[in-house]
Order: sequence, then structure tokens, then C-alpha cells
Amino acid sequence: MNWSLPLFPAGASTMAGKVDALYLGLIAVSGLAVSVIALLIIVFGVRYRRRLPDQRGATVVPSLALEIGWTAVPLVVGLVMFVLGAHVYLAQARPPAETMDVYVVGKQWMWKFQHPDGQREINELHVPVGRAVRLTATSEDVIHSFFVPAFRMKADVIPGRYTTLWFNATKAGEYHLFCAEYCGTQHSGMIGRIVVMDPNEYQAWLSGGADGGSMASQGQKLFQDFACSTCHLESGQGRGPSLQGLYGGKVALANGQVVEADDAYVRESVLSPTAKVVAGFQPIMPTFQGLVSEEQLLALIEYVKSLQARPQGTPAAGQQPDTRKPGAPPAPRRQPAGRAPGGARN
Amino acid sequence: MDSLTLPRTHYANAEYGLRSWLLTTDHKRIALLFLGSISAFFLIGGIFAMLIRLELLTPPGDLVSDDTYNKLFTMHGIVMIFMFLIPSIPAVFGNFFVPIMVGAKDLAFPRLNLLSWYIFITGGMFTLAAIALGGVDTGWTFYTPFSTHASQSNVMLAAVGVFIMGFSSILTGLNFIVTIHTMRAPGLTWFRLPLFIWAIYATSLINVLGTPVLAISLVAVALERAFHIGIFDPAYGGDPLLFQHLFWFYSHPAVYIMVLPSMGVVSELVAAFSRKNIFGYTFVAFSSLAIAVFGFLVWGHHMFVAGMSVYSAMIFSVLSFLVAVPSAVKVFNWTATLYRGSISFQTPMLYALGFIGLFTIGGLTGLFLATLAVDVHVTDTYFVVAHFHYIMVGGALMGYLGALHYWWPKMTGRMYPDLIGRIAAVTVFIGFNLTFFPQFVLGYLGMPRRYHAYPPEFQALNVLSTAGASILAVGFLIPAVYLLWSLKYGKVAGPDPWGALSLEWTIPSPPPTFNFDETPVITGPAYAYDQREGQRA
Amino acid sequence: MPDAASESHALHGQPPAILHEPALKHHFDDLAQQKEAATLGMWLFLATEVLFFGGLFAAYLLYRVWYPDVFGEASRTLDITLGAVNTMVLICSSLTMALAVHASATGERRTLMVFLVLTMVLGAAFLGIKGVEYYDKFAHHHVPGPSFHFEGAAPERAQLFFSLYFAMTGLHALHMVIGLGILAVLLFMAWRGRFSPAWHTPVEISGLYWHFVDIVWIFLFPLLYLVDRHS
Repeated sequence: MNWSLPLFPAGASTMAGKVDALYLGLIAVSGLAVSVIALLIIVFGVRYRRRLPDQRGATVVPSLALEIGWTAVPLVVGLVMFVLGAHVYLAQARPPAETMDVYVVGKQWMWKFQHPDGQREINELHVPVGRAVRLTATSEDVIHSFFVPAFRMKADVIPGRYTTLWFNATKAGEYHLFCAEYCGTQHSGMIGRIVVMDPNEYQAWLSGGADGGSMASQGQKLFQDFACSTCHLESGQGRGPSLQGLYGGKVALANGQVVEADDAYVRESVLSPTAKVVAGFQPIMPTFQGLVSEEQLLALIEYVKSLQARPQGTPAAGQQPDTRKPGAPPAPRRQPAGRAPGGARN
Repeated sequence: MDSLTLPRTHYANAEYGLRSWLLTTDHKRIALLFLGSISAFFLIGGIFAMLIRLELLTPPGDLVSDDTYNKLFTMHGIVMIFMFLIPSIPAVFGNFFVPIMVGAKDLAFPRLNLLSWYIFITGGMFTLAAIALGGVDTGWTFYTPFSTHASQSNVMLAAVGVFIMGFSSILTGLNFIVTIHTMRAPGLTWFRLPLFIWAIYATSLINVLGTPVLAISLVAVALERAFHIGIFDPAYGGDPLLFQHLFWFYSHPAVYIMVLPSMGVVSELVAAFSRKNIFGYTFVAFSSLAIAVFGFLVWGHHMFVAGMSVYSAMIFSVLSFLVAVPSAVKVFNWTATLYRGSISFQTPMLYALGFIGLFTIGGLTGLFLATLAVDVHVTDTYFVVAHFHYIMVGGALMGYLGALHYWWPKMTGRMYPDLIGRIAAVTVFIGFNLTFFPQFVLGYLGMPRRYHAYPPEFQALNVLSTAGASILAVGFLIPAVYLLWSLKYGKVAGPDPWGALSLEWTIPSPPPTFNFDETPVITGPAYAYDQREGQRA
Repeated sequence: MPDAASESHALHGQPPAILHEPALKHHFDDLAQQKEAATLGMWLFLATEVLFFGGLFAAYLLYRVWYPDVFGEASRTLDITLGAVNTMVLICSSLTMALAVHASATGERRTLMVFLVLTMVLGAAFLGIKGVEYYDKFAHHHVPGPSFHFEGAAPERAQLFFSLYFAMTGLHALHMVIGLGILAVLLFMAWRGRFSPAWHTPVEISGLYWHFVDIVWIFLFPLLYLVDRHS
């Protein structure tokens, strides 16, 4: 029998303190409210207890002022709580501009991690202290939830879409990772740990190396193996649009819509290619649904991300050839801004 | 003083034989049919709860297999919610007392009422079949894609069972709304109605409008599971979250279906056992309606981390704070009613006071969950489990037990020994808090819900919780014993053992089949304890 | 009948009542109250039906907004002529139903029966035409399931359209079938002379139900058949 009686969890992220402050504030307000009600009930119960069997209560005139008062006060208190909570929530939901990216695939009943440098981990994630880490997560099967209590961080991980989480660990150590959305037989076994390391130790761990090269190079290999390169020529003159400089920019579709080329867009283009056809191209790309795994898709995304500014004069995806003025600079490649947990939809 | 005697003929002995019960259209007999059924279901759900708590005594999953554990918490939820809590007060005490409290001879549609019981039993049988034939393991929430693509258990049977039981709720709610609108006795205006009727009315609105959405959600799950139509499947462009929206659109109002009737009971109990008008009657009445309306607007707070936009999250958060206000108003009005009352601490009142305290805690912890940043941490943990058990057990169930103890003499003509009743009530209160308060701590520490095994540092709190559950179980079993005992050996109660004023206390205990010798004429407000006479002319 | 009434009243200490309308249920004070209750009950039931269909409408709305092109393409495979004919058939059936209700109120037994039969015929015609459409879908492999096949972009999303099509029109058709059953019962009761100007509530509230089923179709037709049809 384990007799330890922890009462409050360790906090190891930049958000933990803020969430704890809210929590303790809520406890204080609630404690006060419960104490007042309990006290009144006890005091009234004793003071006005029935002393004779036929005794009745007094007539008490209703008081509109009191009713309005005790309607308004909880309302105001509630609204203040809302604002404070929403404020911290927005910070939780929006990763900073500069992040270290890690990709997560949840499946029954394990967590798989891929670092862009190529390291793969299962049920364990190594990260450095003091750096904002952005997780892009998806599920291979049912809904899971990525939960690290020490970071006060949780988001559902959903099949068919990418969820974004972020954290900045403040203390080295090992912290529980739990799946927090019931997912079947071994739901309570889908656990692991986040290993937060001092920066130099992290470097040492990183240089332990990864077989198979970086995710982008794995993605490039997949791009060849799946014969994507036969249609998606760099020049843009193939049957499919060029992917140079695609990621992070805008894409004009055949039906007139303009969409952003983010992770979800790339994923959808592989799995359901005729759903969003690029202007100037035909809906002839075959689907790779069932042929490519979630992890392979993430590697392909990393590869597409790595296709930086295209050479001068080459049309970007979605543009007709030669519509830009000669000498115009290539469109800047930007990191898409972090999205709320829930990621971008297909 | 003359000793009281039972009336020679009353609703329970006017006719004899199984057929007279199984084919009855008397709302009071139907209420007893429901009472028997839901008590049996409560026992089943309670056994599942005990097995869960026994498993959680130790960190590894060593009492039952993980699949069995998953089935246990699923079936505990399904049985307790759909087969006990949702029918409980409306189908037993609503059925028995709504006609009497409005001065009518029966509900508007007596045969529909009986049909409602048969539908409930039919749905119950399907659900019990799902349990007996291997169980269901999706959680009572049936989330997709697990329920549609991955679960190997009796999902269809359980979904069909719950679907069928939903129609029972709808018909009961429909019956109550029509009765309250069209069959009030002369002089009984809306604002002279007992607050129990207001609460039942608000509950019935939710029943009628919300349950159909659950029904269609379960139909969609069944179609997806059977035919892979794609509605929740990302491979077809479907969205698993659509199920969550549809499901919670009903299931959040459902929690108000479970707690509003108890609030109505508490109003009756506080008034009767302080012998005083409820302070702010109008505000309490409108609060019931406000809870019903606002309750339909907050379903998204079950999905803050499920993948909605920050803007949706903020809207649902602010609405969730708003929906708490009418409940707070009720708590304040009940407390104010005690001021200058004539307070008696008989068993029903203990349950009412227990409700006020525990519901307040449960409701306040709801605010923790409405606070977005905190919810991110505590959702899907034991914090939520503790929160909803404070509302459902500390609130709704205490209200049910209070109603049972208050109206038992009216329904049976017999009193139970009040001292043992009070001991049981205190046992329930203590056992309950010991079971569920540690779970708030566990939740913030990070213990997820629906976990068969857990890290060792959580053990001590789990042991405390299980210990509390054992005490709670004893507290529930004691009334079963003395209530049944009282049927034969209890003191005869007479028409008004509590000195209360509402219409049901003006007729004999047990009441005659058609309730009133002549239609009552109402001349004043409810709870007029300061007048010498009651409401009836 | 009078004996049973006075006997039951005497049993409960009430004086035997004057012979009252046989249709009056004893827990109501008078026929007006009974009718008010029945009517309110039916309106409430129809409200539950709105919410029941509403879940499917919500799903449809979501996916139509997400996949307008695919839904348009799939919708154009539906037979707009048959759909429009069916719409007219139902509207006419609502007319005959309203006339039936009127006939029951004026005590015209034969007229009532004629209009009930007409309504049933029109309802059956609707279901027949629906059957033709369903068969057509089956023949074109547009029924969701293992044999589903759709020529066009994103066939799996087209399957979503057809799933919703079958679910929504199927649920509607089920309500029509139940409606036909109700009409059959009304026909039988009318034949037995149960309705009178003083009491014809079942016809009235069944009329409400029938009109509701009609209105659901009025929504289904444009939503399912008229997506993206410009010509």
C-alpha cells in the first residue's frame, strides 16, 4: 500500500502557475460561498428550531433588493472568473511564433513521437528546458487525448485532423503523460513520460542520432517511392502543381476559393485529392487513402515544408505561368501561425 | 387523541390482482410500478459502482480485466442515468403528485402514462440484455469513432435500449405539460402552484425538447456501426465531433432533467419543515424556467479540449457561468426561507439541507469547469467525476430520498421510524463526502477518469474514496430495510403527519383512486403557513 | 354505459352523473378541456418531432457547408421531376386532410370518409413514387454500402450525401407510413359513426400530424433536390 498523500501536483511549465493561480482563486471564492451558506443554515437551524409542535414560521416580506443583489453578485463574480479564465486560455491556445516542432501520432494504445531531425520515440518524449515546443498531433484510430498534468496541458487527438498543443517546460525532470479520452481496452495503459532535460543534455541526446535521417528526408524518399514526383514537377509544368514554396502560402482553387496551404491541406491533398483542385489543373490525382500511414503523412508534410523559395520564374502552385512581373521577388515563406487546439480542419 | 386508522378503500386496494396493476391507468399505481422498477435498477447500478471502487483500491488492475472494468463504468453510467436518475422523481413522485397538486383526478393522458412505463421497461430489458450478453464498453457517452468502429461490445443493443427509454421520458414530460396547462383546479393560477410543479414543468420542457436529439444521435451511431454510412467517419469526410455536439446537445440539458425535480422537492421540504412560505417564490419559479432555457445553450462546455475554436469555447464558457446564476438564486432563497421559520429536523429535512450543501459544492465546482484555463487541466479527470457525483448523488439523489421520506406516509399510509431515518441520512452524507471529496484532489493531481489502473501515488486517495463508498452503500441500504418494514409495522400516518399545507395533505393517506371527493377550489397562494387555513376553500 | 359511469361515481362517493357524452373521459371536467388537452398534446409531440428530424438537418447543414461542390453534384443525380410531383402530391393530400377535418366538424360522415380515403391514396402515391426513386438509386449503385459507386470527384463524400438522403427521406417515409396507419384507424372510427360535431378531436389532431409530415417534406425537397441547380 502506497501511503503517500500528494495534494497538489508539481508545476513544470510556464502555464502551470497561471492555471494554479486561477484554481486557488476559485477555491477561495467557493470556500467563502460554501462557508457562508453553511453558517447561515446552521445558525438559522439552531436559532429558529421548532419549539412547540404547532408552531409555524413567521411572515417575511419578500425583498426585491435582496433578490436583485444576490442575482447580480454571482453574475459579476462569474463574469470576472470567465474573463480571467479566457485570458489564460488564449495563452494556452496560441503557441508563440518560435517553436520547436514535434509530431505526435496516437493510436490504440501508444503514443508515437517523431522529431523533425528523425528521432522516433514511443511513449516517451525528450525535450529541452526553456524552449517552446509545439506538438502537432493526430490519431490513427479513435479519439485520444494528450494530457500532461505537470504542464496543465490537454487536448484531444482526433483521427482525420491535426491538433496543435504547445508548452514551455520550466523544470528538468520526468512527468506523467496520460491518455485522457477513453479509447478502449488499454486506455489506462496508454501512458508515458515527458523527459525534460537541461539544454546540453538534450543536445547530447539528440546527437545520439536517428536512423533513417530527418523527417524531411524520409518524406522526400516517400515522395519518390509513391511516384509523386512524376506529376508534381518542380517546374510546375507537370500534371500536378509544383510544391516549391507551397507551404504556408495561399492556393487558388479551381472553384474560385482561396485556401491556406497548411498541414491539414497537405494531408487532405494526399488522401482526398479531388476535394480541392488547384486552379489550372485537372482532378486526376489518385487517392492514397489506405496506402500511406499517419506518420508517413507527417514526414511528407515536413518534406513539403522544406521546399523553400522556388527559383526565379517558376510559377508557384495555383498560379498560371508567367503572371508575375519579371524580377519580382519570390513570395516569402512563412510559418503558419499556431492554431487553437483543434488544429485546422480538412 | 383518537389513534389514526387507514382508510378502508384506497388506490392500492380498490382492485386486486396482477392485471389490475399491469393494466392500471391510475397515475398513483403507475408511480409505484416505476418505483419498483427504478429501485431494482438502482441496485444494479450500485453493484457496478461497488465493483469499480473495489478495483480502484489498488493501483494495478487486479480485480477484473481491463475490458470488464471498461464495461463496469459504462454500465454503471447507463443504468444510473437512464434507468434511475432520469425517471426517478418525475416518474415516481411526478406521476403520483402532479395530478393531486393541481387538483385533478388523473394526468391528462392516463393510458399514455401506462404506455410510458411499458416503454421504459422494454428499453430497460434491451439495456439489461446488452449487459447480460457481455456488456457495453463505450462509456455512457458512446463517443465515435470508438463506438462505431472499434468497440467489440453490445453497442447496438444498448443504443436501442436507451433509444426506447427516451420515448418514455418524452411521453411522461408531454403528459405533465398538458396536465399542468389544462387541468388545474378552479382558482389555481400559475403563481399559486407549488414550486414542485414549476420544477416538474421545467423538467418536462427539457424532456420533450432535448430527448429527441439523443434519439437521433443514437440512430446515427447505430446506422454508422451497421452500415458505415460515414456520418462520423473522417475517411468519408465525416466528423467524429458531430456526434459529440449532437450527444451533448441533449446530455447537458439531461443533467438538468436530473436535478431540477430534486430542486422542486427541496422547495417543498424547506417550506414544509420551516412551516413558512418559500422566500422569493416568484424568483424560484422563474429560476426553474431559466435553468431549462439556458441549459440548452451550454453543451459545448463538455468539449472545450475536443477541438473547437477559441471563440466557440469562449461563448460556451460565458454561457456556462450564466446558467449557474439561477441555481445560486435558488440556494439563497432556500436559505433565506429558514430565517424566522419553525424548523424541524425530521428525516426529509435532513435530506433537503444535505442537498443544499452538497449541490452548492457541486455547482461551484461547475464554475471551475466553466473556467476555460482550469478546464483544460481538469476535464476528463476525476475532478469532473467528483463534480457530477456531487450534483447527481449529493444533489439529485438526496432530493429523491427526501421526496421518498416526505411522501412515503402519503403513498403508503404508514410512517417509518424517524430516528433511524435520520441516522441513515447522516450516514449517507458522511459516506458521500468521504467518497467524492478526495476525487477533486485526485483530479487536479491529474488522475484521468475511466482508468482501470493508475500510478501508485494516487492510491491513498483512492482508498479513502472506496472507504467512503462502503459507508455510502450502508446508508442506502438502511432505508430499504425500514421502509419495507414500515409497510406492515409502521405507525398509521393519517392525512397530514408533517403539518404541511399543500393539496396532497388534505386527502387521506393513502389517497382514494380518484384523489378528491370533490374538485378543490383554490383561494390563496401555496405555502400560506401564516394563515390559519390552507389553500383550499 | 350510463350504468358503468354511475357505478364508478358511486364507488368513489360521488353522486351518479347525468348521462354524459360517451367520448368524455372521466378525469376531464368537460369536452372542451379534453379537446384542449389533446390539441396541446399533439402540438408538443410535433415539437419533439421537429427536434428529432432536427438532428439530421443539423448534420446535413454541416456537411453541405463543408462540401458544397460534392453535395451539388450528388444532388443533381436526384430526379427533380419525381421530387416535384411528390411535393404536389403531398400538398394535395394536406388539402384533402383539411377537408376531412372540416367534414368531421360538420358531421358529414360520408364526405369525411371520402376525404380520408383520398388522403390515404395520395399518401400511398407519395410512397410509391419514393419507392421508384429508391429503386433507381439502387440500380445506379448510389445506395451507401459496399456496392456504392459514384462517378465524380470525392465519391466518399458523395456517399455522405446519399447516406443523409436515405436517412432523412427514410425517416420521413416511416412517418408517412405511420400516418397512413392513423388514417386507417380514423376511417374505421368514421365508418362506425364515432365522430360528431361535438367530438371529432382525433380527426383534428391527426390532421395536425399529417400537415407536419407534409411540412417536413417541404423542407426536404429543396434541401436535397435543389442544391446547385441553376438551369
